[in-house]
Amino acid sequence: MGELRLMKGNEALAEAAIRAGVDGYFGYPITPQSEVIEYLMAEKPFERTGMVVLQAESEVASINMLYGGGGTGKKVMTSSSSPGISLMQEGLSYMAGAEIPCVVANVVRGGPGLGDIQPAQSDYFQSVKGGGHGDYRLPVLAPASVQEMSDFVPLSFDLAFKYRTPVLIVSDGLIGQMMEKVELFDTIPRLTDEEVIARYPWATNGKPKGKERRILTSLDLDPHKLEKHNFHLQDKYKQIREEEVRYEMIDCDDADYIIIAYGSSARISQKTLQLAREEGIKVGLLRPITLWPFPKQPIDDLVNKGVKGFLSVEMSAGQMVEDIRLTVRERTKVEHFGRYGGVIHSPEEVLEALKNKIIGD
Amino acid sequence: MTEEIIIAGFGGQGVLSMGKILAYSGIMQDQEVSWFPAYGPEMRGGTANVTVIVSDERISSPTLTAYDTAVILNQQSMDKFEEAVKPGGVLIYDPNGISHHPTRKDIKIYKIEGAKIAAQMGNTKIFNMVVLGGYLQVKPIVKLENVIRGLKKSLHERYHKLIPLNEDAITMGMKNVVEVK
Repeated sequence: MGELRLMKGNEALAEAAIRAGVDGYFGYPITPQSEVIEYLMAEKPFERTGMVVLQAESEVASINMLYGGGGTGKKVMTSSSSPGISLMQEGLSYMAGAEIPCVVANVVRGGPGLGDIQPAQSDYFQSVKGGGHGDYRLPVLAPASVQEMSDFVPLSFDLAFKYRTPVLIVSDGLIGQMMEKVELFDTIPRLTDEEVIARYPWATNGKPKGKERRILTSLDLDPHKLEKHNFHLQDKYKQIREEEVRYEMIDCDDADYIIIAYGSSARISQKTLQLAREEGIKVGLLRPITLWPFPKQPIDDLVNKGVKGFLSVEMSAGQMVEDIRLTVRERTKVEHFGRYGGVIHSPEEVLEALKNKIIGD
Repeated sequence: MTEEIIIAGFGGQGVLSMGKILAYSGIMQDQEVSWFPAYGPEMRGGTANVTVIVSDERISSPTLTAYDTAVILNQQSMDKFEEAVKPGGVLIYDPNGISHHPTRKDIKIYKIEGAKIAAQMGNTKIFNMVVLGGYLQVKPIVKLENVIRGLKKSLHERYHKLIPLNEDAITMGMKNVVEVK
């Protein structure tokens, strides 16, 4: 068993970065995720593993440092919160185009604009529909516990390098700021330069004699060549859709109604499940772990099993509910409930919404 | 066993660290724990509160609207959280600075003179440990030995010399908590 600690979600993410063998973290402070860079600076990973930690001059600089570092085949990472992640969208689009791996963690806060510093889930569209310009998608993992804030860091790097793509970890101020028990995984050694060269032939880390020059760019002025590149990207996204869907189902076997919720809303809804069952209402929870690719198959299976309705619970005005509706296609009832602007819904409010919007008539 | 607690008072009273030590004590005896603070604008100078859950099972919502126990350390928190105690639950408070004492009849109410005892012991910083002692006397959800192990884990080694003082404060709290009839 690994070392047990009581940690904030943000701290667990930072410790996991060190243990995952990350080569460089480049970030800029913003509430509610500033503990990530604070923890890294205090922990001095440059002395523990040789990992670089740098406070960049802005989020735009951070993401472009990731472009440079990831382009050399190094494991690079940043984290921010909503307004900062918006600033990074150009860089993420470029990296998706140039197929450069990296991990970006978004500890979402209330929006739009500068919004506030309280928990929200209103960056769902930005996270799963591309975010920047162009035809691309990013794998998006949504931790619902401090343990997952730790575990999803090495998982994200596995996906980032397997598919040569940026990967997003999308949590929120609640998961970032709360403390829970974490079992830390053993440190994965950083790759040596020789290992990087052997493993990632695409990386731009110097031209060996007799080999082709390698270029990582998202620019191609020949539309036919760029279309071919887009075909390749779409094939990759198809493979990710087929192979990387992750989700959790709680009490769904005998359920008449299903709550679909991710991250902190899933935690709150778990309590709603208990409250509902005390009243004899059979409710289950489907928790998407990957927001993209979205877990369509289990929803489809639940529809076919005759579930009477789905309630999408998100701290937003209703974003994920659109993906649920695309899957359910009016075969049964789908409604949204959520508080927004940084207000966290209570388990009782979720139960009330379930009764009013789904069970009601 | 699942115990859902709110600890509420002023920023600076050690509300958050009391919750942290309680959570660490739970980990020491293989329980699941969560600790969720009210943070942000409320944190600076105003009221501070933290929700702590200690359970034998996987914890669902880390934020709640009803609690098994409320530990209340100022009037604002009394106004806000007396009503949030579940029927049959427990309210523990320090009467220092409280003008409107709790009135509910469907819960058990306990008093702990935390501020007074800490002053008598010559160190107002151990106030929160006196209160923790009072809580543990009423709700012995974690063993004292695990609290001490929790303290060791959550305090930096250079403060370990203060652990005996903290232990004394917890013991004093245990001895001095009284039920209000």
